[in-house]
Amino acid sequence: MSETTHHETVSGANKIKLVLAWTLVGVPLLWGIFNTLAKAALLFQ
Amino acid sequence: MTTATSVDSGGIFGWLDRAHTVAKPGFSRWLVPPAALCVHLCIGQVYAFSVFNLPMTKLIGITESAPDDWKLTQLGWIFSLAIVFLGLAAAFTGTWLDRVGPRRAMFTAALCFGGGFLISALGVHLHQLWLIYLGYGVLGGCGLGLGYISPVKTLITWFPDRPGMATGLAIMGFGGGAMIASPLSVLLMQYFATPTDKGVAATFVTLGIIYLVFMMIGAVLVRVPPNGWMPEGYVPPAQPKKLVTTAHVHVDEALRTKQFYLLWGVLCLNVTAGIGVLSQASAMSQEMFPGQITAAAAAGFVGLLSIFNMVGRFFWASTSDYIGRRNTYMIFFALGVVLYALVPWTGRIDSVVLFVACYAVILSMYGGGFSTIPAYLRDIFGTRYVGAIHGRLLTAWSAAGVFGPVLVNYIREYQLNHGVAKADAYSVTMYIMAGLLFVGFILNWLMTPVHEKHHMTDEELKASMEA
Repeated sequence: MSETTHHETVSGANKIKLVLAWTLVGVPLLWGIFNTLAKAALLFQ
Repeated sequence: MTTATSVDSGGIFGWLDRAHTVAKPGFSRWLVPPAALCVHLCIGQVYAFSVFNLPMTKLIGITESAPDDWKLTQLGWIFSLAIVFLGLAAAFTGTWLDRVGPRRAMFTAALCFGGGFLISALGVHLHQLWLIYLGYGVLGGCGLGLGYISPVKTLITWFPDRPGMATGLAIMGFGGGAMIASPLSVLLMQYFATPTDKGVAATFVTLGIIYLVFMMIGAVLVRVPPNGWMPEGYVPPAQPKKLVTTAHVHVDEALRTKQFYLLWGVLCLNVTAGIGVLSQASAMSQEMFPGQITAAAAAGFVGLLSIFNMVGRFFWASTSDYIGRRNTYMIFFALGVVLYALVPWTGRIDSVVLFVACYAVILSMYGGGFSTIPAYLRDIFGTRYVGAIHGRLLTAWSAAGVFGPVLVNYIREYQLNHGVAKADAYSVTMYIMAGLLFVGFILNWLMTPVHEKHHMTDEELKASMEA
């Protein structure tokens, strides 16, 4: 995730934004996947 | 900046204008996929709406349905309306979206989708079903359509080197949204339920506010690249591939090309087959493997399929960046024909593992069909109007949403009425679906580049950019 625009490096503030933004969408998604996998485990019992 | 843009820029909503969303130096393009995911993870909730159906049939009776309670058949229309308005909104707002940019579109989608929940909460509170039809079905459906197409063009522009992966990431969110919404809705209803209230209205209000805020974060995060921007180190291929154009086709002109209708057919057939078997997955697994797959295991099976549906959206769209869009769809259709035809055989040899494996790959390709189509459109029609063209193509989804389940249900009913055993009734369905995929294979095989006469001239392109 070290892409640049206009050949300039990503600013520090944007690096923090990157981490926060991916956490914001990643955490609920992982929670949803975990719940679904827990339900799917019944298929193999 | 044009005069039109200057006029738009005034007022408290000026921050929504395209001019205010142009990325400044130091911006990372990897902030755009989470912005898109903020929207798609929310609107993907539509696939989990069925968790409200049963509680909404007991709003008056609480423990059992009272005579004045709503019937499941009445409630089924909420989802259908939302999907119909998704298609209509995507088809009719694509050009507007292209003009105003992704932020205003995401903002509007958030108001529609979140507002739809709030109106529906009022409908539950007053026990007025028409308010839910209007709220979630019509207004929420418009939010779905707008939200679905709003980040697509932006992602394609930010990732000219990997457009499939970029749109795959966003559309994967649409597949994953239901996985979050389903357990969250159940938890909220349990939390708000009292001996005299099912907790549905309070859950709608909570979800409406959560989705409104989450989608607004996406609208704030999203940026468009400056004109002529390219990723560092990226050099467009000197010799473009045969099916990847560097020209642009106007959205109205695209409707006059055979390529648009070929792609419409490709998407419609892929989705028809997928929706058809998805709608029967639970019952089919239990009836083909009685005693082996219980009702609880079947629910787990459907959950597993939703994961493959989601992962397939990212995997296949990313793969298409390397093997090409047409080849990706060739795999969907060719492998699909084989797998659909294999499913009845897995029942005959009594192999649950093979049955699950076939279904898992089928569902991954169903999801992959959705996520690969934006990049396919970009290859065929160029980037200028890809968002608007994508919106119009999504009518294929609406059509398949009606066609797939109806086809499967009628075939099954016909079989059962003619004395075919329950477990065997699925065989004909699967063979017909395989036939549909074969037609899709032919349509995809017929794909050619758009004739130059449909391309926009430099003057037309410049005028459209200025407008």
